[in-house]
Amino acid sequence: MLSVLLKEVKEFKRASIVTPLFMILEVMMEMVIPFLMASIIDEGVNAGDIRHIYKVGGFMVIAALVGLFAGMAGGRFGAKASAGFARNLREAMFNNIQTFSFANIDKYSTAGLVTRLTTDVTNIQNAYQMVLRMFMRAPASIICAMAMAFLINKRLASIYLAAVLILGSILFLLLRRATKYFQMAFPKYDDLNASVQENVSAIRAVKAYVREEEETSKFRKASENIYKIFVRAEKNVILNAPLMQFTVYTCILLISWMGAKMIVSSSLTTGELMSLLAYCMNILMSLMMLSMVFVMISMSSASVRRVSEVLTEESTLKNPEKPIMEVPDGSIEFREVDFAYNKECAAPVLLAIDLSIHSGETIGILGATGSAKTSLVNLISRLYDVTAGEVLVGGHNVKDYDMETLRNQVSVVLQNNVLFSGTILDNLRWGDKNATDEECIEACRLACADEFIQKFPDGYHTHIEQGGTNVSGGQKQRLCIARALLKKPKILILDDSTSAVDTATDARIRRAFREEIPNTTKIIISQRISSIQDADRILVMNDGCVDGFASHEELLETNDIYREIYESQTQGGGDFDEKAGE
Amino acid sequence: MAMNPREMRGMKSNLENPGKVFKRLMAYVFRHYKIHFALVVVLIFLGVIANVQGTMFMQKLIDDYITPFLLSDTPNFSPLAHAIGKVAVFYAVGVVSVYLYNRIMIYVTQGTLRDLRNDLFTHMEKLPIRYFDTHAHGDIMSIYTNDIDTLRQMISQSIPQVLNSGITIISVFISMLVLNIPLTCVTLIMVGIMLLCTKKATGQSGRYFLMQQKNLGAVNGYIEEMMNGQKVVKVFCHEEESKEKFRELNDALYVSADRANTFSNILGPINAQLGNVSYVLCAIVGGALALNGVGGFTLGGLASFLTFNKSFSMPINQVSMQLNAIVMAMAGADRIFTLLDEEVEADNGYVTLVNAKEENGKLVPTEERTGRWAWKHTHQADGTTDYVEVKGNVVFNDVDFGYTDEKIVLHNVKLYAEPGQKIAFVGSTGAGKTTITNLINRFYDIQDGKIRYDGININKIKKADLRWSLGIVLQDTHLFTGTVMENIRFGKLDATDEEVIAAAKLANADGFIKRLPEGYDTMLSGDGANLSQGQRQLLAIARAAIADPPVLILDEATSSIDTRTERIVQEGMDRLMSGRTTFVIAHRLSTVRNSDCIMVLEQGRIIERGTHDQLIEEKGKYYQLYTGNAISA
Repeated sequence: MLSVLLKEVKEFKRASIVTPLFMILEVMMEMVIPFLMASIIDEGVNAGDIRHIYKVGGFMVIAALVGLFAGMAGGRFGAKASAGFARNLREAMFNNIQTFSFANIDKYSTAGLVTRLTTDVTNIQNAYQMVLRMFMRAPASIICAMAMAFLINKRLASIYLAAVLILGSILFLLLRRATKYFQMAFPKYDDLNASVQENVSAIRAVKAYVREEEETSKFRKASENIYKIFVRAEKNVILNAPLMQFTVYTCILLISWMGAKMIVSSSLTTGELMSLLAYCMNILMSLMMLSMVFVMISMSSASVRRVSEVLTEESTLKNPEKPIMEVPDGSIEFREVDFAYNKECAAPVLLAIDLSIHSGETIGILGATGSAKTSLVNLISRLYDVTAGEVLVGGHNVKDYDMETLRNQVSVVLQNNVLFSGTILDNLRWGDKNATDEECIEACRLACADEFIQKFPDGYHTHIEQGGTNVSGGQKQRLCIARALLKKPKILILDDSTSAVDTATDARIRRAFREEIPNTTKIIISQRISSIQDADRILVMNDGCVDGFASHEELLETNDIYREIYESQTQGGGDFDEKAGE
Repeated sequence: MAMNPREMRGMKSNLENPGKVFKRLMAYVFRHYKIHFALVVVLIFLGVIANVQGTMFMQKLIDDYITPFLLSDTPNFSPLAHAIGKVAVFYAVGVVSVYLYNRIMIYVTQGTLRDLRNDLFTHMEKLPIRYFDTHAHGDIMSIYTNDIDTLRQMISQSIPQVLNSGITIISVFISMLVLNIPLTCVTLIMVGIMLLCTKKATGQSGRYFLMQQKNLGAVNGYIEEMMNGQKVVKVFCHEEESKEKFRELNDALYVSADRANTFSNILGPINAQLGNVSYVLCAIVGGALALNGVGGFTLGGLASFLTFNKSFSMPINQVSMQLNAIVMAMAGADRIFTLLDEEVEADNGYVTLVNAKEENGKLVPTEERTGRWAWKHTHQADGTTDYVEVKGNVVFNDVDFGYTDEKIVLHNVKLYAEPGQKIAFVGSTGAGKTTITNLINRFYDIQDGKIRYDGININKIKKADLRWSLGIVLQDTHLFTGTVMENIRFGKLDATDEEVIAAAKLANADGFIKRLPEGYDTMLSGDGANLSQGQRQLLAIARAAIADPPVLILDEATSSIDTRTERIVQEGMDRLMSGRTTFVIAHRLSTVRNSDCIMVLEQGRIIERGTHDQLIEEKGKYYQLYTGNAISA
C-alpha cells in the first residue's frame, strides 16, 4: 500500500534521502555541545584555565554553526521533498482518474475524490515531512545521547536506559489505545460533515417543511457523540506529557542523589553531572518527538489507504492492441447484447438486445423511467463494456476502436450534463479545440443557442460559472448540444437533452438536425413523444428489453406501451395534437 | 430558473484585525469555560513553578551540598536526602498540575468546538435562502471542516503553549535577574536577535502560507469542477487538456507549499542554534565571572543560570512556532464568526396555525388533530383574536420582485387562486415560474405589492406556520441519509408506518420501494444516489402527500417521471390535489391541461391567463407552445 505511494517520490528522492542525513548531522552537533560544556566547566572553570574556556567555547560555536547549517538544510530539503511528494501524488491521482471509465467513476463520489486529492494528500504531506525530519533524528538523538551518557558514566546512564525503555513501552500502549478511539471517531466525523452537506444542499426542502429544529437536534446529537468520542481519545493522548515529566523528574532526582555521592567518591565530576542532566532532557524530548511521529503516521494511515485506492484503481476499459483509427460510417448494430453494471449481479440491466441502425437514420428511444434507455446508448460510445454479445459501430466491434476516435465520432449529450467555468466559447471548444468562432456560432445556431447567446451583454464571451449556474436549464442543454455538434460526429446521441427546452424550440432543433446534418445518425432519448414521433424509427424499451422498434404509425398500431404513452400525452387534446404531429 | 448572480460568492476573509477576532474567540471560550480556564491558568502556573524550583535546586545541589561534601571528610548525606525529598514534592505537584490542566483543556477544546458546531448549524438553519444562493456550498462546508479543525489545533495546543511559555518566560526571567544581572543582559540580547529572525522568517512563511491557501483553494475548485464533470470529460476525450490545466495549478501549489514550509522549517534550527550560541556566550562570560569570583558568582550559580538560559529561549521558540498556526486559525475563526453574524431570516409574523373545530357554527381552536385548520389572528390594534379557517385562498396583488433591488424579475403579478383550484404556470425557462412559488412560502420577500393567504397578508403569518400550510414538491429532489420510511416521514414527523405506506401508495412509490433490498427500511445515503431521478420524485410526492397541507406547490414534480408512469401517478396526484389549492409548474403541457387557470409567463410577466380551451382559442403564446409551432426564445 505504502509502496504504491512511495513510487511517486520520483525526482524528490534525493531531497528525501539527504533530509534525514542533515537531521542526523544536526543531532550530532547538538550532542557534542553538552560534552564540550562539561569540558569547559571541569578543565576550564575548575582548573582555572581561561584559555581552555575560549578554546572549547570556540569549538562550541563551530558546532552550533554546523548544526545551524545542517538544520536549515534539513528544513529546506524536507519542505521540498514533502511538498514535491504531495504534488506528485495529486498529479498521479488526477492523471489516473482521467483514465477511469464510467464504471470506475460510478464507484467514487465526487466529494470522496475531492477529499482524497486535497485533505488526504495534505495529511500525507505533513506526515512525510515529519517522518523525514524526525523519524531518523529522534532515534539518532536517543542513541547519541545514550552513547555519550555511557561514555561519561555507565552506572548513571543505565538509569536512562531503564527510563527510556519503560517510558517507551508505556507511550506505545497509550498510542495504541488512542489510535483505536481516533479510528472510531473519524467515520463519525465524516457522518457529521455529510449531514451538514445534506442540509446545505437541501435547505429548500428543510425550510419548506419547517424542519429546521428537527435537523438541528439531529445535528446536535451527532455533534455530542463526536464530542464524547474525542474526549475519550484525547484522555489517552494527554497522559503523554505528565508521564514524560514524571520520568524526567525522577531521572533528575535519582541522578542528583547518586551523582552527588559519586562526585564525593571522585568517580564523577561536576561538569559531567551537568552534561548527564542535559542528555537526560535530550533523550526524553526525542522520545516525545518519536511518539508524535507515530501519532501522525497512524492518523495519516487512513489517508494513505484512501489515496492508494485511487492510485491502484485500474480502468475497466482498455484500448485494444492495434486500434482502428477511423470510423467508416454511422451504422450501429447490437448483437445479442447483455449488460449489467455489476458483473456479479444476477439481474442484467439489458437483456438480449438485437438491433441494427443504418447510417444517417434518426432513431427515437422511449420507455419508462428505469427501462435502461441510457444504459443502451452508453454502450455505443463504449462508456461501458457489454457483459455478453457485441456492439458494432461502422461495422466494427467498438472494442476494436481507439477509444478517443470512437468517442469523437460518437458524440453523446449526457443526461446530467455539465458546463465548465470559462467563456461560452471555451465551453464550446471542448467539442473541437481548433474550431473557429464562425464554426462555434454555426453549431449554436443549429442548437438554437445562438439566439439567447446574442442577447447576453458579452455574447459568446459571457463567462459561465462553475457548474453553469448562471444559465437556465434549457440554455444549458442547448449549449451542451452545440458543444457536441462541434465534434462533427458520425453518430449523435441526445440523452433526454431537451427536457428543459420548450417544445417549440425543441422542434426547431430537430428540424435543424434534419436539414443541416442529414448524414449523421441521430439517436434521441426523450420522455416527450413530440420529440421523437417524427423519427425514422422508434425504439420502445421496457425493463431492459426491446418492446418495439418501428415507425410511429406502426407502433401506434402494434405496440401497447407506445400507444399508452402516446395517449397519455395527447389525450383530450384532439385536433391540435394531430396537427402538431404533422 | 434564473439564479441571481453570485457576486457575493467569495467567503474569503481578508483578515483585517486578528486581534479583534482573537478577543472574540476568547470571549466565546470564556462564555462556558471561564472557571475551567481560570483553573488551567493556575495549574499551568503551578507546573512552571515546580519546574523553576527544580532548576533552582541544581544550584543548591552543587553549591550547598556537593562542594561542602568535597571539603569535608565525613559528608552527611541526610540534608541532601531531605532537599531532594522537598524537590520531589514540587515535582509531584508539577506533574499532577500538568496532567490536570491537559485534562481540563480536553473539555474546553472539545466542548468549545461542539458549541461552535452547534451554533453554526443552528444559525445556518435559520439563514434565508438568499444566503445559500450567494455562497458556494463548498465554502460553507469548509467552515465546518477546515476552519473548525485549525481551531482545534489552536485551542488545544497553541493557547496552553502560549500561556505556559508566557508564565515560564516571566518566572525564569525573574530567577535569572536574581542569579546574575550581566548574564541576563547577554541572554536578552540573544533573545532579541532570535525575535528579529523569527519576525523575518514568519513574515516570509506567512506570506507563502496565505499564497498556499489561495493555491489550494484554486486546486480544490478545479478538482471539484472536473470530478463533477468527469463523465463529460470522458465523452469529449478532454483528458489531456484537463491534466495540463491541473498540472499548472498543482505546480503553483507546490511552489508556494515548498516556500512556506521551508521558511517555517528553518526557523526552528536558527532559533535553536542561536539558543546554543547564547548558551556558549553565557558559559564563557559566566565562567570568567565565576573564576574571578565577581559579585560572589559561583559555579553552582552558573550551572543554574545555564539551565535557565535554555528554559528561557525554548518557550520563545515555541511561541514563535505557534504564530503561524494562530494567524491561520484566526482566519478560520473570522470565517466562522462571519457566518454567525449573518442575519437570520426575519420573521415578524404573529398569525399562527392552529387545529380547529366548529362549535355552534363558530370556529374554535382545539388541541386534537381535527384535520381542519385555522389561522389564529390576534389583531395588533385592539388585541382581539380572530380565527379564520385555512381554505387555501391565495391572492397576488401587483407583486414586483427581484433578487436584488436593482433588477426586478417579476413585474405586476396579479393572481387569484380560489380554494381547491389548480393554477398552472407555463412559460419558457427563466420566465419566473419557480420564482413566483418561492414568494408564496416566503423563501424570498417581495419588493412591492401584496400576497394574501385566506385574506391575511403573508407577512403577518409566522413563517413556520405559513410553510406548514404549504406542501411543496421541488424541482430538485433532495433526500436525507436515513431509511425510505424516514424520508417520507420528513413531511409529518408523527406519521405512523401505515400512514407512510398509504402516502407512498398514493404517490405510486410503494411498488418500487417494495422492490428495494430492504423495502421501507432501505437506507438511503448520499442524497439518495442509489435511486433514479424519477424514483426520487415519487418519494418527494409521497413526502408532500403525508404532510396533508391545504395548499400544494408542485414545481416540475413529475418532470423526471415518464409519461406512462406519470399517468399512473396522476390518479394519486389528482386525489392529492382534490380539495386543495394547487400551484403546478410543468414543461409538459399534458400535466397542466386540466387546470382551472393557466398562467403563461414571459420575462417575469403574466402575458396570458385562462383555461386550456380559452387559451387555445386565443391562439397566442400558449397555443404556440402547445402546438410546437412557436418561434420563441
